[in-house]
Amino acid sequence: MTDQIPAILVLAPLFGALIIGLAGQKDHRVCFPVTIVSLLVSLFAAFGAVVEVVRSGEIDYFMGGWEEPIGIGIHLHIDSLNAPLLVAIGIVSVLVAIFSIRRIGDKNTEKTPHFYSLYLMLCVGLFGITIAGDAFNLFVLIEVSSLTSYGLIAMGSSRRGTLAAFNYVLMGTVGASFYLLGVGYLYLMTGTLNMQEIHTIFLANPDIASSKAVAISFILILIGIWIKMAFFPLYGWLPNAYSYCPSSSACILAPLMTKISVYVMIRVMLGVFGIEWVFASPGYSNLVVWLAVIAILAGSMLALAQREIKKMLCYLIVAEVGYMVGGAWLADEKLWGLTGSLYHILGDAAMTLCLFLAAGIFAKRFNAIEIEDLEGLFKKAPWTAAGFVVGALAMIGVPPTCGFFSKFYLIRGGIEANHWEFVVALLVSSLVNAVLFFRIFEIAFFGNKPPEGHGHHEEEVAELKEEHHPEIPTWTGTSSLLVASAIVILLGIFNGEIVELIRIGLEDLPQFASRL
Amino acid sequence: MAEFFQQSFHAHFNFWIYVILMMIGLWALIAKNNLIKKLIGMSIFQTAIILFYVSLGVKAGATIPILDPYGNKEQAAAYAEESDPAKGKNEKKGTEEKGDSSYVGKKSPNPDIMANPLPHVLMLTAIVVGVATLGVALSIAQMIFKEFGSLEEDEILEIVKGGNVDD
Amino acid sequence: MENSVSSLLPVWACLASLLAVPLIVLFRKEETLREMTTFIAGFVKLGFVLAMVPIILEGKVITTQLVPAISGINVPIEFRVDGLGMTFALVASSLWILTSLYAIGYMRGLKEHSQTRFFAFFALSLSATLGVAFAGNLLTLYLFYELLSLSTWPLVTHHQDKEARSGGRTYLSYLLGTSIAFAIPAILFTFVKSGGDLSFAGPAILEGADFTFLSGACLLMAFAFGFSKAGLMPFHSWLPGAMVAPTPVSALLHAVAVVKVGVFCVIRVVTGVFGTDLLDRIDSHLVLCWVAAFTVVTSSLIAMSQDNLKRRLAFSTIGQLSYIVLGVALLTPHAVQGSMMHIAMHAFGKITLFFCAGAIFVATGKKYISQLDGLGKVMPWTMGAFAIGAISVTGLPPTGGLLSKIYLVWGAADAQQYALLAVYLISSVLNGVYFFPIVYRAFFRPLPAGQKLEGIAEAPPACVIPLTLTAFGSVLLFFFPGLLFELTALMIPGE
Repeated sequence: MTDQIPAILVLAPLFGALIIGLAGQKDHRVCFPVTIVSLLVSLFAAFGAVVEVVRSGEIDYFMGGWEEPIGIGIHLHIDSLNAPLLVAIGIVSVLVAIFSIRRIGDKNTEKTPHFYSLYLMLCVGLFGITIAGDAFNLFVLIEVSSLTSYGLIAMGSSRRGTLAAFNYVLMGTVGASFYLLGVGYLYLMTGTLNMQEIHTIFLANPDIASSKAVAISFILILIGIWIKMAFFPLYGWLPNAYSYCPSSSACILAPLMTKISVYVMIRVMLGVFGIEWVFASPGYSNLVVWLAVIAILAGSMLALAQREIKKMLCYLIVAEVGYMVGGAWLADEKLWGLTGSLYHILGDAAMTLCLFLAAGIFAKRFNAIEIEDLEGLFKKAPWTAAGFVVGALAMIGVPPTCGFFSKFYLIRGGIEANHWEFVVALLVSSLVNAVLFFRIFEIAFFGNKPPEGHGHHEEEVAELKEEHHPEIPTWTGTSSLLVASAIVILLGIFNGEIVELIRIGLEDLPQFASRL
Repeated sequence: MAEFFQQSFHAHFNFWIYVILMMIGLWALIAKNNLIKKLIGMSIFQTAIILFYVSLGVKAGATIPILDPYGNKEQAAAYAEESDPAKGKNEKKGTEEKGDSSYVGKKSPNPDIMANPLPHVLMLTAIVVGVATLGVALSIAQMIFKEFGSLEEDEILEIVKGGNVDD
Repeated sequence: MENSVSSLLPVWACLASLLAVPLIVLFRKEETLREMTTFIAGFVKLGFVLAMVPIILEGKVITTQLVPAISGINVPIEFRVDGLGMTFALVASSLWILTSLYAIGYMRGLKEHSQTRFFAFFALSLSATLGVAFAGNLLTLYLFYELLSLSTWPLVTHHQDKEARSGGRTYLSYLLGTSIAFAIPAILFTFVKSGGDLSFAGPAILEGADFTFLSGACLLMAFAFGFSKAGLMPFHSWLPGAMVAPTPVSALLHAVAVVKVGVFCVIRVVTGVFGTDLLDRIDSHLVLCWVAAFTVVTSSLIAMSQDNLKRRLAFSTIGQLSYIVLGVALLTPHAVQGSMMHIAMHAFGKITLFFCAGAIFVATGKKYISQLDGLGKVMPWTMGAFAIGAISVTGLPPTGGLLSKIYLVWGAADAQQYALLAVYLISSVLNGVYFFPIVYRAFFRPLPAGQKLEGIAEAPPACVIPLTLTAFGSVLLFFFPGLLFELTALMIPGE
């Protein structure tokens, strides 16, 4: 079984989607168990992949045994850089699936099977992107996940959500097309689409690697991926799309889509072009770090200006993407920035999940869309509030949550690379996050409009009315939120082990031997 | 001057065509007010890239690439003859590889006389992806029309800004 | 050179108040039981701290590892008790008992709401304070420092009204803001520069690192402003803002625990992170000296213009904190020892003053200095203690304040910084100028016309007893400063 892990990862949710598509229409009760089972199989395989990678190194898998260059093989590649990411995708998708029970369907249940089959296909896409070893397969898988996410976003009952989905389709397609174009140039120059082979050709032929066409292909690919990850200034589609879509969709998309795109960028930088080539001229990497700095500052400031919880979180994602892109491009001697960036992909997935789950529960149970609606939250829903607080503390960067450690690695990289502007931006963003979340805590704790005078008004604080939906079990959302917040803390406590795994992955790449 | 023209335009005219098409698509996508026209722009944009890929695989006078299954001379000769008309249609002069002995009787095909199949195969997939995207986009446009009663972007934004959105 | 003893005593001392938290919450319905818990925890804590004194006096340090090297950073969370930490722990844990007594009187006297929350967070913040005192490396120090900021926030905003919220907002934004903006990068920079070493054991962390005047000054000021609980200007405004808290909170936390944690951190940074040798070599300490001197003078001048009694005390505290910072920044042995002693001396003096302010508020509802005329006759104990507190803070005999101030001045003379020496002297005069008129008003001015004496009496005994005891303590420290001398002398190399 273990040698089939890469296939199982992708195929389990694919068959799940198929079954739901066939049987789910007749009986909606099929949907949820099939979803959970297939995702659990994937999650199990992801854990298996981690164990396998730790035990015996990288896994290369060719679908159907079609090894290149005989056919256009589907090459799947797992190493210690993407194995933790697989587990992250597995966990997030399982938790959100639990959160989403009957949530999407409670207004119009006929959409339930559609939701779950799209959901599973999205997971296929995400798993696939992570392990794809072929530049063109990567494009197809990016489009698989994008197409399903268009559907997931447009599913809600909000009219703005539909509009946002339309804009997302346009932007997303342009992004994917840029990527495809870049890959075309790569193919033109090297005659292959396999990432490892392209890299080998570049190493063997410096004149190809230094040609203009390769540089242009890199820029096109970067722009394409940046659109997909909502890197400043290409973030326009994200805030509306993620804040006006159904909670369940937001909860799976927000933690994973942008983060996986960041991973794709890092994979392209490391595995296709090679770090020496990418960082060859410091001018470009400085430029990207400055862009990241602007992204962080702009995202934080825009978040500060928002009144709706989800909108605010969306702009925070824009800032967090800046963290990761900036970290990846720091180009410090010991690659702490890149390490921090890879670790932050995991950490940010966990804390974004935490916050979006909490926001989803607020919206569902208390109809609280704006920050001001959260009055008396600590009394009404202490567990949800606790989960939210953990996520918020991680965003601020309070130890022992993972947010602290990712900032630690990133800032360390910034100091060692002498990119002080990046360090300052990270700190400013932490401060802004602190302001943002303490403002929310204050409202949730004290209520919004404090009556004048001295104390003794606790009874009046709780204005929050619980909307009663007897058919929705509240424990599903809360329990997945609590698991997510536990993961946020566990990721922090065991950051050393994860980082060690990442470092092993970095050391495996031949061009690092000299740097580490 | 003529050489420069030859170098940058004539020899690479396929690149120029796809760039122009791409720009047309991008312009429509950004500047057009009607959502459907935006989608048309998006499709042009995608198609331009497909054209780019297809043009990568084209060679003057090349034929369809099929593995020679038997590897004997007769088959090879028949195959070579069969592929002749395809070449004949091409305006440019036929290539000399037709009777190339290095090809005849060998199992592996001579790549020189064959169009590169890979970009075409890739583009089949890309076309499928493009069609799917277009389908999703059109259905979303339909939903927008149902909800806002319009497909003109400025009118829709007017409604959204006017606060008449019942979320 | 350093002989360390491994012991769990510091952990127990820290846990004593932490374990009291769930008990306090458990007994929320039974007021007496709840307050008994606070008391017992206080005595247990003091007991543990006292048990460590003989070990420390032998010249040993007590170390305990709480969490083995944190993964990824490779720095453990550990306790390491030395003379300085011991001094601070002694002061904090002994004053907690008195404050608890006082708090009971105050809270019951005013029939405050949410008393359970109040006592629970009080106990929690005490644990954090001891954590800072015992911290064995910069990371541990920082963690407990932040825990203290967070756990005192509900205390500051206790009244939950508009004023309390804005005060609480200022409080948190200053303390968290500066620590994120300055302290974290400073710690990380130290971490990178020292190659991953953050421990206070052995020679100073940055000993031998190459610094210029400018880079050293930047890092030192980042630490000094980052630990803004020390109240250095311009990051001092949280302290007057936090005076919206109930008086016991102001007393213990803002005269003793919180602010002293700030200066404690600065002392640790100067002695444990930079080391006096390094600073002496690059002269960066002069920047800190002058910032502190500026704060001393300016805050004294501002204090004179304040009519709200607690605000005047707050500005006085800002000035006194900078005494301590200035002392350690002078780097001479006497000045450093003086600043460590001043932590204790000032704590006893200032807590007395705050207790008095609270007692006056409980008994009469008065907050402003201009209303205090003639109160000495009705509240002789309170105002008498106030006078002693004022004498101690000003630094006159027969109170402990004199001793530490002599050391500070002596240290300034050693360093041949006569301008800074003058700052000490001028500010002592200013202290007198803003404290003694209050005493004069209370004892020698007649009651305002039309005000009756009936209904105004001493505050409840639970308020008066602690303030008498702390005033007594200030005097006692003058006559028996031996323990304090010995503990602080341990920190001075070559003595």
